[in-house]
Amino acid sequence: MRRIAALLLLIILMQGASVCRAEGIDDAYEALAASAGSISAASFNSVRLGIEQLAVSGDPRAAAVIGALQDGLLYANDDHALFIQQPDGSYADARTGNPAPDVTDDDVKAVRINNAVRSAIEAALGSLQLFAPDVPTRLAAASAVFTSHNPAALPALTRALAKEADPAVKQRMEQAKAAAIVYDPDASQRDRLAAVATLRARGDQDARSLLSTLAGQTGPVADAAASAVTAIDRVLQIWSVAQSVYYGVSLGSVLLLAAAGLAITFGVMGVINMAHGEMVMIGAYVTFVVQQTMHAYVPSLYQISLLIAVPMAFLVSGAVGVAVERSLIRWLYGRPLETLLATWGLSLVLQQVVRSLFGANNRDVDTPAWMSGATQLGGLTLTWNRMYIILFAFLVVAALMAALRYTSLGLRMRAVTQNRRMAAAMGIKTPWIDALTFGLGSGVAGIAGVALSQIDNVSPNLGQGYIIDSFMVVVFGGVGNLWGTTLGALTLGIVNKFLEPVAGAVLGKIVVLILLILFVQRNPRGMFPLKGRAVES
Amino acid sequence: MKLDRISYLTLGFVLGVALVLALLNQMTALGSALHVPTYVLALAGKYLCFAMLALAVDLVWGFAGILSLGHAAFFALGGYAMGMYLMRQIGTRGVYGNPNLPDFMVFLGWKELPWYWYGFDWFGFAMLMAVVVPGLLAAVFGWLAFRSRVTGVYLSIITQALTYALLLAFFRNDMGFGGNNGMTDFKDILGFNVQADSTRSALLVISALLLCGQFLLARFVVASRFGKMLIAVRDTESRTRFLGYRPESYKLVVWVLSAVMAGIGGALYVPQVGIINPSEFAPGNSIEAVIWVAVGGRGTLVGAILGAILVNFGKTWFTGALPEVWLYALGAMFIFVTLFLPRGVMGLFRARTSKEPEPEAPEVAAAHEVTG
Repeated sequence: MRRIAALLLLIILMQGASVCRAEGIDDAYEALAASAGSISAASFNSVRLGIEQLAVSGDPRAAAVIGALQDGLLYANDDHALFIQQPDGSYADARTGNPAPDVTDDDVKAVRINNAVRSAIEAALGSLQLFAPDVPTRLAAASAVFTSHNPAALPALTRALAKEADPAVKQRMEQAKAAAIVYDPDASQRDRLAAVATLRARGDQDARSLLSTLAGQTGPVADAAASAVTAIDRVLQIWSVAQSVYYGVSLGSVLLLAAAGLAITFGVMGVINMAHGEMVMIGAYVTFVVQQTMHAYVPSLYQISLLIAVPMAFLVSGAVGVAVERSLIRWLYGRPLETLLATWGLSLVLQQVVRSLFGANNRDVDTPAWMSGATQLGGLTLTWNRMYIILFAFLVVAALMAALRYTSLGLRMRAVTQNRRMAAAMGIKTPWIDALTFGLGSGVAGIAGVALSQIDNVSPNLGQGYIIDSFMVVVFGGVGNLWGTTLGALTLGIVNKFLEPVAGAVLGKIVVLILLILFVQRNPRGMFPLKGRAVES
Repeated sequence: MKLDRISYLTLGFVLGVALVLALLNQMTALGSALHVPTYVLALAGKYLCFAMLALAVDLVWGFAGILSLGHAAFFALGGYAMGMYLMRQIGTRGVYGNPNLPDFMVFLGWKELPWYWYGFDWFGFAMLMAVVVPGLLAAVFGWLAFRSRVTGVYLSIITQALTYALLLAFFRNDMGFGGNNGMTDFKDILGFNVQADSTRSALLVISALLLCGQFLLARFVVASRFGKMLIAVRDTESRTRFLGYRPESYKLVVWVLSAVMAGIGGALYVPQVGIINPSEFAPGNSIEAVIWVAVGGRGTLVGAILGAILVNFGKTWFTGALPEVWLYALGAMFIFVTLFLPRGVMGLFRARTSKEPEPEAPEVAAAHEVTG
């Protein structure tokens, strides 16, 4: 019995509501129609009120009518009936959408709008979009309401919320509603406190700026807002630290790529190769050539030309490395300072060769579609090309470690660097191992060039920018130690990125360089010095 | 101190050519066939300043075994000290006509002269700074480096990092040294017009005199007991240490002396070329200075002077006649000299005049290296 009574009550209430709504719709249409043809302030005001009423009325025709008004296509006749002019010049009844063939241009007057009306139209269309059938539009509309935080949108929001099924949109609407309530002086204190809590949970820069304007006032809401701002600041700070770490890892992976080859030639062989940067540069140009070739001859492989460029760059730079070792470096073993000068000369020659072949200008290497774009992870923005480079850097180092540890060539390389005479006595052809080791280091530098072509200008000077950093990484990490190189690169990258916001990009780099100089002076053998007999060599 | 024939010849050559160029410029009429145009004076002056830098590099590399890849930093610091003096001399003749601030500071909207510019109105103070600043930097850097026994290639790389850091620093506008434009448009030095032929001639002769003075000083240092110690440190540092000497002190003294010499070279360089900017700190410049020494002959002092003049003369000629070829030539020079001329041009002279033992053949050296 009670249930039936409740049902009845509900029906009556709903009817009341619908009657009330129908009246609202009528009033709204009346307000629009009554002011047709007039441009007095009162009529504009009436139009504006009409729009606002219509927007919250839930009338299915509201969007069409308001849209027509925006385009200047809404007309009314002397009986206050509204019509929308169709693209072919005929008229349709605004409330039903049915054609009205007997209406002519002479019967109707346009409903005029001014700037105040125009912004009301935009707000109304915004809240009407809260009911749009597709999710992205609703999400965008909710975000727009959040940004405008206009209390006028509250009724529409409330109804939209009741209907909303998508959890993401629903959450965004809740936040938009909270934003509107927080600024609504008429809302109850309890609602406003709840709204502050919602915004606090959102916890991003937008929520913070909304709350911080409130925090200056007095009262419990302001206090809650102030504490919410502090809480959001703390969260934002954690995200910014995470972002710095990510940037640091990203920079570190670039350094690691550039230094991995040097860790072999300098770290393992002890050859000061100042032309190392040019091996990187050659790798980048190989990428360019491979991409151009794919573009011209095999367009179907264009998207994966970077993958093809990796082995090509390894082979080309590696071959150059072997040639350099055989022709130049083998005469200079045991004379590091002379090696340094000769390889510097070599770097000048290589740069000039590339400049003669390709010109001094930067060459464009395209980023394939699968490498562009970004993804959002909490408060972090992760760009795909950086992600791939981080991944690639670790893959390269892992492959290098495996090659040194598990292949027969790697075994020979280690044997020769540890004890050349003994290795020779065991039948290892040490000169060839030297050449191949140097070729391996140069080839890895070439692979680095493929990755760097994605984030740096491919020009003859590409390598010069990395040579000092690479040496720093290898020396910092401890010579002859790939783990040290990896950790050294990441440490330098992260330290650099944490100093940047404090000191600025250039000063940060200077500070890092000075710190490194001081570090090398305290620990001349790096973070992870080799122990035992190898130290004496 | 006894000088050999080549030293006399070199000193005579440097002084003689400088004097002749200056006199020909001053004494002959503009249209005369013998007239030396001003740009030749500036060029010759530039070579002599580079020769001072080369001398400084040879002193540490040839006699103490310290291969500095950042010596141009000391040169440039000396140059900046002179540049600051010259900027102050512009006074109200700058584009903005501000009596208190150099143009670039007005441009950046600065209101006051930074404290580190105080005193640079006085020539004496500026010249003191041209010596003290490089010397001080070298002292701090060297003290840290030599005390912790950073040697060989590691030292070379951190000297390169040092000049690279300074390069980046001087590129910054907020440093107050003119940012990447540096300083230029100089007017007066000690009341004489920097652009005038007579001033140029005087600067050239002064450069020649200072270069000769530096050479004699370096000769004196090298020939002294201190110099013998340096050579001992260069050849076997650990043995010197075990004999009870402190190699780091010897190295530090010669390192600072060398930096001061480079600073003086830089100070004379700026009024003659008329500009100083951060590119002087570029690591490439320091390495080029090393190749001058290598071409001339490391550890000979005279060779450094000859090498600097020779290579720079070649550079001027090549960049004018065959600009494409210069980098090939420079690169090839690096390779050729290290592979085939380990004692540089002086080695050619010596081989003919004396019966010194040949340097160790590369193959033998290669065999030595790997025993560890």
